[in-house]
Amino acid sequence: MTNNANKSSLFSGVGGIVIAGAVVGLISALLVKMGNPGNMGFCIACFLRDIAGTTKLHTAAVVQYFRPEIVGLVVGAMAMSIVSKEFSPKGGSAPFTRFIIAAFVMIGALVFLGCPLRMVLRLGGGDLNALVALAGFAAGILVGIFFLNKGFSLKRTYTVNKAEGFAFPVALVGLFVLSLVVPTLFVVSEKGPGSMQAPIIMALAAGLIVGILAQKTRLCMVAGIRDLVLFKDTKLLIGFCSIIIAALIGNIAFGQFNLGFAGQPVAHSAHVWTFLGMLVVGFGSVLLGGCPLRQLIMAGEGNADSAVTVMGYIVGAAFAHNFGLAGSAYSAENPVGGPSANGQAAVIIGIIVLLVIAFANSKKAKN
Amino acid sequence: MKTVDARGLSCPQPVLMTKNALASNEKQYEVLVDNSTAKENVTRFATNSGYKVSVEEKGDDFVLTLSK
Repeated sequence: MTNNANKSSLFSGVGGIVIAGAVVGLISALLVKMGNPGNMGFCIACFLRDIAGTTKLHTAAVVQYFRPEIVGLVVGAMAMSIVSKEFSPKGGSAPFTRFIIAAFVMIGALVFLGCPLRMVLRLGGGDLNALVALAGFAAGILVGIFFLNKGFSLKRTYTVNKAEGFAFPVALVGLFVLSLVVPTLFVVSEKGPGSMQAPIIMALAAGLIVGILAQKTRLCMVAGIRDLVLFKDTKLLIGFCSIIIAALIGNIAFGQFNLGFAGQPVAHSAHVWTFLGMLVVGFGSVLLGGCPLRQLIMAGEGNADSAVTVMGYIVGAAFAHNFGLAGSAYSAENPVGGPSANGQAAVIIGIIVLLVIAFANSKKAKN
Repeated sequence: MKTVDARGLSCPQPVLMTKNALASNEKQYEVLVDNSTAKENVTRFATNSGYKVSVEEKGDDFVLTLSK
């Protein structure tokens, strides 16, 4: 069957990515208005960390909640990929290496206090600390690109059984339903970010919509900058910018905009660690082939490697809180905030581990 | 005709392999991919590089023919 390569509809073009970005930005501002923590309409790192908390994989009392947004994202992506015949169960591309990279990506993100998507949303909320994060993120992406050009590859995937492709979405939905039916099994924060929640139905719907759009448009924070540098391709970067602008408009409309470094919600101003934490995120995400949002979407499309990656994020989050690695937000006692010595050490270890993995999997060194 | 086999690989690798292959500046290439994202990205890159792209579906794979 021959088809026109450019038939690709509204959503694979630039118009689609602008719309998708705008919807993500506006929905994010709305979720904050409806109860989510500041500049946290979406944060894949924070939300997976909350899920790790509610299932008691860590016991940080302020960040425990089964975020419905995550469930919506995965189910939305799964539904969309089935409809568009893009659901494709596959796996086998260095799963455990991906798990390790993902764990460090999560630790880097929690040192900064946000995944790349929340970094973008923080920019749209006026949080200038996110500019430092963006610089670190971009630096990390450049390091990753250096290795891509050296032939870095985690090798190919293979088709697996349908059941394997559905295993992650089904397990996630099953756990979520369990959290609604037998809530006493789970813990939910009574104060702190974990206690700040948009209504469940709304959070679920928001996730579904963004999951559908992100599947359709391949929205990815890391690919935006990566593809600009590698291929002079601006499509995904336009989505990135569209989110910032829409979040900015939404935040101004809802009175949530606050320009500056100090006093930002769930944030700190330890710039060196913000930079280095996001460097780990950018570097690791290039090695993984996509940001945490994109990994969740691909897990919904039946990619078992991405499912393993998401598990790596969750375990990384559990380690981050069990070992006190995550950055501390501003508080009266700690007006700058930032990561503890443990967190700083973990970031340095993360950079070293990623370098070792990148060298070990670069083609020209071997074949 | 030069063939780039990028099956099983996810982006950016298929585009990167295509980019490296295009450096030899031949009239026609065949690029094999197995996912829609790679199909779209390789198509976009090749089109921007001045190639015409036609896509054929073969089982689970896509065969992209790039020609000048």
